[in-house]
Amino acid sequence: MFRFRLDGSSGVPPYLQLVHQVRQSLLLGYLQEGDRLPTVKDVASDLAINPNTVVKAYRQLEHEGLAGGRPGQGTFITATASEVLPEAQQALRASLEEWLRTAEQAGLSDEAVTALIAAARHDMRQEKERV
Amino acid sequence: MAQDDAGGDAPALRADRLAKRYGKVWALRDCTLEVPAGAIVGLVGPNGAGKTTLLEMVIGLLKPTEGQVSVFGVTSHAHVAARLARVGYLAQDHPLYRDFSVADMFRLGRSMNPSWDQGVAEARIDALGIPLKRKVKALSGGQQAQVSLTMALAKRAPLLVLDEPVSSLDPVARLEFMRDLMASVVGTGLTVIIASHVVSELERLCDWLVVLNGGRVQLAGPTDDLLTAHRLLIVPRATPDAELPGFPVHRTDSDRHSTVLVRIDLARQAGQQRPGWQADPAGFEQLVMAYLQRRPQTAAAEDTAPTATEVTR
Repeated sequence: MFRFRLDGSSGVPPYLQLVHQVRQSLLLGYLQEGDRLPTVKDVASDLAINPNTVVKAYRQLEHEGLAGGRPGQGTFITATASEVLPEAQQALRASLEEWLRTAEQAGLSDEAVTALIAAARHDMRQEKERV
Repeated sequence: MAQDDAGGDAPALRADRLAKRYGKVWALRDCTLEVPAGAIVGLVGPNGAGKTTLLEMVIGLLKPTEGQVSVFGVTSHAHVAARLARVGYLAQDHPLYRDFSVADMFRLGRSMNPSWDQGVAEARIDALGIPLKRKVKALSGGQQAQVSLTMALAKRAPLLVLDEPVSSLDPVARLEFMRDLMASVVGTGLTVIIASHVVSELERLCDWLVVLNGGRVQLAGPTDDLLTAHRLLIVPRATPDAELPGFPVHRTDSDRHSTVLVRIDLARQAGQQRPGWQADPAGFEQLVMAYLQRRPQTAAAEDTAPTATEVTR
């Protein structure tokens, strides 16, 4: 059975962490179409997390078409990995990964990478404003 | 015994300009809140913020000096018994009789609460692996907390009030207590209020937040709404507050830049994306800490002023 985890220091709201984990596990193949997700009670008890938060995460997954509830049986994965990331995004992800590897080889820390992206974004916005 | 579930649409908790004064000191002032049924509320504040005062008025142990409070529509003027039946309460120090066995404690709970559910009590204690015959003094701190929680739950009240339930427990016992609590809430529709000064532990537990400081409500509402209503901005140090896209809750200035947690004001959104600014979503702990740190200036000013009519929702 799939198990969630929670990172208290990430700053990402708990319900989004659950959603991200399902999406990521689908991409990595840890979760597949037809797999059953743990019950709300199991997740609440496992992580000491508010059950309403788990319900919210499952609802979001249903909304995104990644999971669906079967009455009396639980919540099941209804998507395949390729549905999670459309092809265009997969290509972007591949080039991003390559860029990140280059940055790592150049000795950039995670923080430096984040700062660099923020600075580049900022410059692009400024350019747009000038036009 | 039938328990009337009247007040179906009434909020689990409603406080209307609630205040409590001890002698000359106001322990709580101008507290206006409305908590929907089914919420798990985190009540945060430092020691002396007024948390216990508020909770004791909620459960009917304490009479308000001003204003009123109602639980599922039953107000503070109602007969004490009618209010107590609606609230399961777990006090800070898990008061149990040391020489009683768990079974004795349950017998006591049964005799004092007409809605007592012995089946729930025994099933829980069995699942936790605590023998009914064991004396309270022979139980670990974590087990004592579990017995207290079991007694509060066996009362079958729609509102559960926990005052610093884990502050005396070690980290493993804390986690186990919270895991058990969250599992117990599933599917019950129970409304829970958890008072704590450990902010980091509350994020995963509560979907509703009340920040109390200096006897006043600083912030209250559904956690997700509160988070989306705030941003953490990094701006050049010279930026005046008036240029920010909302109300600056807390500001830290360093040599060249300032970090400001702002409450977004839609009317001021227009000038939000300034070059050189960085805006990030506010985290739970940052949000709570910003409101707690704001206190010294405002509380001092407000203490001399007549009761403000401003309401924080």
